[in-house]
Amino acid sequence: MGGAPPGGEPPSMGLRKLLAIWIAKLAVRVSRVFGRGGSTFPGTLARRVAPGILLTLGVQLPRGVILVTGTNGKTTTARMIAAVLGAAGLRVVHNRSGANLITGVTAAFIAGTDWRGRLRADIGLVECDEATVPRAVGELPVRVMLVTNFFRDQLDRFGELAHTVELVRSGAARLGPDAGLLLNADDPLVAGIGRSVSLPATYYGLEDGRHGVREMAQSREAKHCLGCGEPYEYSRYFYAHLGHYRCPKCGQERPQVDVAATRVDFVDARGLELAVRSPRGAFTVRAALPGLYNAYNVLAATAAGLAAAVEPEAIAAGLAQVTSSFGRMEPISISGRRILIALVKNPAGFNEVVRTILGDPDPIRLVIAINDNDADGKDISWLWDVDFERLAAAGDGIDFIVTSGTRAEDMAVRLKYGGVETNKITVEDDLTAGLARALRETASGQTLYILPTYTAMLEVRRVVAHLGHARPFWQA
Amino acid sequence: MIGIGPEIKICHLYPDLMNLYGDRGNVIALKRRAEWYGLRPVVDEVSLEAKPDFRLYDVIFIGGGQDREQQLICLDFQKVKGSSLAEAVEDGVVLLAICGGYQLLGRYYQTGDGEQLPGIGVVDVWTVAGKKRLIGNVVIETDVIEGPGPRTVVGFENHSGKTYLGGGLRPFGRVINGYGNNGEDGGEGVLYRNTLGTYLHGSLLPKNPDVTDFLLRRALVRRHGVAELRPLDDTVERRAHEAAIRRARSKAH
Repeated sequence: MGGAPPGGEPPSMGLRKLLAIWIAKLAVRVSRVFGRGGSTFPGTLARRVAPGILLTLGVQLPRGVILVTGTNGKTTTARMIAAVLGAAGLRVVHNRSGANLITGVTAAFIAGTDWRGRLRADIGLVECDEATVPRAVGELPVRVMLVTNFFRDQLDRFGELAHTVELVRSGAARLGPDAGLLLNADDPLVAGIGRSVSLPATYYGLEDGRHGVREMAQSREAKHCLGCGEPYEYSRYFYAHLGHYRCPKCGQERPQVDVAATRVDFVDARGLELAVRSPRGAFTVRAALPGLYNAYNVLAATAAGLAAAVEPEAIAAGLAQVTSSFGRMEPISISGRRILIALVKNPAGFNEVVRTILGDPDPIRLVIAINDNDADGKDISWLWDVDFERLAAAGDGIDFIVTSGTRAEDMAVRLKYGGVETNKITVEDDLTAGLARALRETASGQTLYILPTYTAMLEVRRVVAHLGHARPFWQA
Repeated sequence: MIGIGPEIKICHLYPDLMNLYGDRGNVIALKRRAEWYGLRPVVDEVSLEAKPDFRLYDVIFIGGGQDREQQLICLDFQKVKGSSLAEAVEDGVVLLAICGGYQLLGRYYQTGDGEQLPGIGVVDVWTVAGKKRLIGNVVIETDVIEGPGPRTVVGFENHSGKTYLGGGLRPFGRVINGYGNNGEDGGEGVLYRNTLGTYLHGSLLPKNPDVTDFLLRRALVRRHGVAELRPLDDTVERRAHEAAIRRARSKAH
């Protein structure tokens, strides 16, 4: 079957579905009273009362749904797309909190309805967990499916990377005939989806050779050609296994790029400027986000905007408003201290965060909070694939590192074996105590980085919100 | 730190292909502890098509990979490296093989369709594809490691293959929490001569310094007849070990 058809007349809402919406809306109110985000539970509740609720809501969207999936950059990219669509004057329903399982999507759609069950939006924007893609495609009128990249992440939940890729591919294969794919050409695993699905695909990629390297030792996920098994030859790597590649045996290679960043400039280490080449002509976009990995996110959002028929001017205007999303290097201030929080969840992302920290001239003050709950991934062996050796090489540039969370001790061992002097490492299992300690040792005017896994991030947010210094994440 | 003691040659087999679960943490642990003991570790990375004399190494490590990569290695073992590696194992080389690497040392891996993919067969174990993935924190107790009383070893397992041991072989340890070789007989891993096969990653060696030292000692004895290692400060490692035991026992896991 294809996806649900978009743009239907608002259906007469059955009483059962209306009831589900009311219950979910009440649940949101109740959970907020207790200081929780309520980003998935109301969805679970509503689906129990009316299993077809998301389908009913989705068909009300005249412009269908843009679905964003992939390992890294989903939340940031979706937020940029939301800004772009907003700048074009579109009303967007979006699972903004990053709750990206089917229950979180349902909760976000319900939050976007009025009490009569009408969705007040023109277009849906869904950040989607890879394993949820087939289900989301079955329940939503997806018009554009954007796939950012594939990295090893939470292997205990997904099994092998090949399995994750297959989940997304099978979701793509179920898309309706009016849908299109938007794919990162620089990731062979993503581009391969375009070859295996008979839907039009638009490819985006980086073409600024100044940022590429010839060698990449770590974190390479796609070493062998998907077509014939021969190792790929790369003329350049941009970020982990993302780059310009070609199979020397069967000739399978990076596809022709439709939306390209021909130039990427870093503006005062805090922002990006991209020269874009597209079927709509050449234009420039800027965003206040650091790092080459964010250049991919900016480019993906640009391509998604073009796919949704947004004018380049509105795309640039939308991107210019973007700030870091939930835990993606968001700067906050606590009594004059500069606090930067970055979610860490897999080696490729963590390596980029380490690279950013090393680029900061301030002495390194760090809290690393590693939890091993279900949502984090119970297997923390991926910490050994992060290049903490590079962090350790900062030597006396490291002021202190506090390790915390349910796996604080494992993290301390990783740092010790990475070459960090043990007298710089403090193990503090309790995250509140760990944060308090780090804040005490950071003076006004100094910088502290906090790097939590997903559930540790929720805890960090709660502690920081308690101190009155950050918006609750469901408002961020 | 540069050691003045003997060189210790470490071979990291297929680091580009068999590195699924932080496997390189084991090589990092071997190298670091060797340095702290004043030895001079040298790590060679050996991948497809290379054909070294494995007897010249002191410690060989092979990790786990995805199905596709494991098939490439299966071929490489048959065509290039299998016999040399088997000779080295019989010669008493210290070999640590984890997850997929462990399976490949055995006689065969039987897929869900009943097809048998041959291993190098140097250790009398075989693996049968299971329907359920055996995933989670593991604690085992082993009396293989020298010293007073049994020792605990901690790690994380994630495999669907169920491995069985031939007669006369003993498992590396007895499962206290988790599944182990097959989730049926309570055994985990295997020790054959100086070859240790196991499903535990995590990474295994960093938070099990007793196992790391056991491997280094066996390697030194094979090469020099003696192994004297002065005690190190393992406070950080022991805390991680204890935390992993607590985590495995908490009901959430």
